[in-house]
Amino acid sequence: MDLFRSQVLICGGTGCTSSGSPELIRLFEEKIRDVGLDKEVKVVRTGCFGLCEMGPIVIVYPEGAFYSHIKPENVDEIVNEHLLKGRIVRHLLCREAVEQQGATKSLDEVDFYKKQKRVALRNCGVIDPERIDEYIAFDGYKALAKVLTEMTPQQVIDTIKASGLRGRGGAGFPTGTKWQFAANSVSDQKYVCCNADEGDPGAFMDRSILEGDPNAVIEAMAIAGYAIGANQGYIYVRAEYPIAVKRLQVAIREAREYGLLGKNILDTGFDFDLDIRLGAGAFVCGEETALMQSIEGKRGEPRPRPPFPAVKGLFDQPTILNNVETYANVPQIILKGPEWFSSMGTEKSKGTKVFALGGKIKNTGLVEIPMGTTLREIIYDIGGGCPNGKKFKAAQTGGPSGGCIPASLLDTPIDYDNLIAIGSMMGSGGMIVMDEDNCMVDIARFFLDFTVDESCGKCPPCRIGTRRMLEILERITEGKGEDGDIEKLETLAKNIKASALCGLGQTAPNPVLSTLRYFRDEYEAHIYEKRCPAGHCKKLLKYTIDPALCKGCSLCSKVCPVGAISGEIRKPFVIDSSKCIKCGACMEKCRFNAISRK
Amino acid sequence: MSGIRSKEPEKFQQLQAVIDAKKGMKGALMPVMQEAQAIFGYLPKEVQQFIADGLGVTLSEVYGVATFYAQFVLEPQGEHVIGVCLGTACYVKGSQAVLDRLSEELKVPVGKTTADGKFTLNATRCLGACGLAPVMMIGDEVYGRLTPDEVPGILAKY
Repeated sequence: MDLFRSQVLICGGTGCTSSGSPELIRLFEEKIRDVGLDKEVKVVRTGCFGLCEMGPIVIVYPEGAFYSHIKPENVDEIVNEHLLKGRIVRHLLCREAVEQQGATKSLDEVDFYKKQKRVALRNCGVIDPERIDEYIAFDGYKALAKVLTEMTPQQVIDTIKASGLRGRGGAGFPTGTKWQFAANSVSDQKYVCCNADEGDPGAFMDRSILEGDPNAVIEAMAIAGYAIGANQGYIYVRAEYPIAVKRLQVAIREAREYGLLGKNILDTGFDFDLDIRLGAGAFVCGEETALMQSIEGKRGEPRPRPPFPAVKGLFDQPTILNNVETYANVPQIILKGPEWFSSMGTEKSKGTKVFALGGKIKNTGLVEIPMGTTLREIIYDIGGGCPNGKKFKAAQTGGPSGGCIPASLLDTPIDYDNLIAIGSMMGSGGMIVMDEDNCMVDIARFFLDFTVDESCGKCPPCRIGTRRMLEILERITEGKGEDGDIEKLETLAKNIKASALCGLGQTAPNPVLSTLRYFRDEYEAHIYEKRCPAGHCKKLLKYTIDPALCKGCSLCSKVCPVGAISGEIRKPFVIDSSKCIKCGACMEKCRFNAISRK
Repeated sequence: MSGIRSKEPEKFQQLQAVIDAKKGMKGALMPVMQEAQAIFGYLPKEVQQFIADGLGVTLSEVYGVATFYAQFVLEPQGEHVIGVCLGTACYVKGSQAVLDRLSEELKVPVGKTTADGKFTLNATRCLGACGLAPVMMIGDEVYGRLTPDEVPGILAKY
């Protein structure tokens, strides 16, 4: 391999790709060649750095200079100044990387990264995901080699058990225990599956791992295959993730070429191979039995358990299914030992967790933190709080199965059990921040709308029950709520939770229950006062003109599409609320902030 | 044989090749249907029947799978397919207003294709580009940090 004095790392994750990073890669390569540095400086297209908000991101090593929001016209300057003359281009650095006295901070000293601990994401944004050599250079496939040459399958399972690793897909089942069940099942054919059907809205950590470090997942699946006695694996990945699919394909091909997949791996007699199956857009396929139905080419409908997949799973054979992030932890646990892993986290939740921070937050992106970090640290210290000076209202975790956590619980240390105790759940790790402008009743409606759409229809509690809940929520947000609606929602929620067939239905009422628990006053305001306190629900809004602020310029009456605003020039105008269609055009146009919406 | 079968025989030859290649594979139905949709752009009844015959399954099984998954469409799509993300991060940042504006500008309800066949308007699940919320895709092109007022300008490019 050639040695380079400097590396230019450019993010090739979905976020930065959308903001134009492929063009940057091309320009950097071209320019570096033009100035004759192509033997000294290497351009590397990496996976996600995590700070998508600042994209496209370019990092230059060895300095660790962290350039953000880079545009094609900035390339010349970075090449001429930084690469040619060794002077960091300060005005293009991420704001936080420049200190007051003028010194610059490297990447891991920036607030966003300081509190993070990267285990599952360790190679994301560090290596070129489409080159297996780079993964191997970072200890890749060393864990597989160790397992195959030094450990028995039972020792592997015992190591995973001792580490305390729990499933990162949401429910948090102990991974080692799951592997033990499958290992105990007697069969000629067993399967190892990977759930990469990341469906929770607002969660993109699995996609980033697959895009940034696909070999880690492949290596872990081979280790799992050895542990339970399986020689075939399937990765079930969303078709909506084209970059992730492509990088997986490249990684599998390279691993086969290197003899790290296929027959007689590393000359140990162990056979293991992998296939990719594309999901086709059904949220319920994240449920394990439904996912296996889908790999079999059928409708992805869940079936009752037991029998559990570890006994009877894919093609009726013993099968384990783990999530992408769970697998990404496995090689590190094997290499560094279970004690290293269990030294991080809380008593019952070990290691780290990746969260996708999104919504009304300054630094959107991916963060990986040790379990037990508080929500406040994630949202304020790492995320930078809500933008535009707005007040934080709630953080939503666990997607459609989770709940909304209010400001009063921000100091809760995050782990599986604490989140369940406060009415939410870990889920796959989406964390959506909401501010004072978000209506919590509408958020509950939004999630029920999702569930109704994604319910597979097999069991009546989910198929019919969630629809009834949605209808009630729609009425409430449209100002037609009635006394007794809240109680009806609670009864329905209780019954659906108790009687639905799979995890989707059993957790579907959670968004309603958690918002009722912490934001009941918002429901009551909608129902009894026909008022949306957040000013979001269109049908409940009332636009009024403050006569003290109105200058009588008539602009509002000109833009009103229904002629609901009238008045005399230079005198306060008035909105006729019986005609008003609440489009908000007047408020946008008013130059004197005289129009308010309540 | 009626309809598209006689009009587009070369596409059926392509599909036959896919079926031949995947026939022995376990769980071949969905991968074959995905390739069929890539060839035809949608899955009309004739194509479903062709797959059913080729793989030795019933038409109802193929239809059942086709209607279960959001990815499969039974009607021809517009020249440009627009997908507005209604994932949570995009929704709390106002993607519904972007979708409403598109529907208004294109004069077409969500899930339908414009009369001239140029655009199909869809609401999609999370695209995983939450850092750019609110987001939409037109074909493979991603548009991020959108406001409703940008909609007419973007549409004009197509």
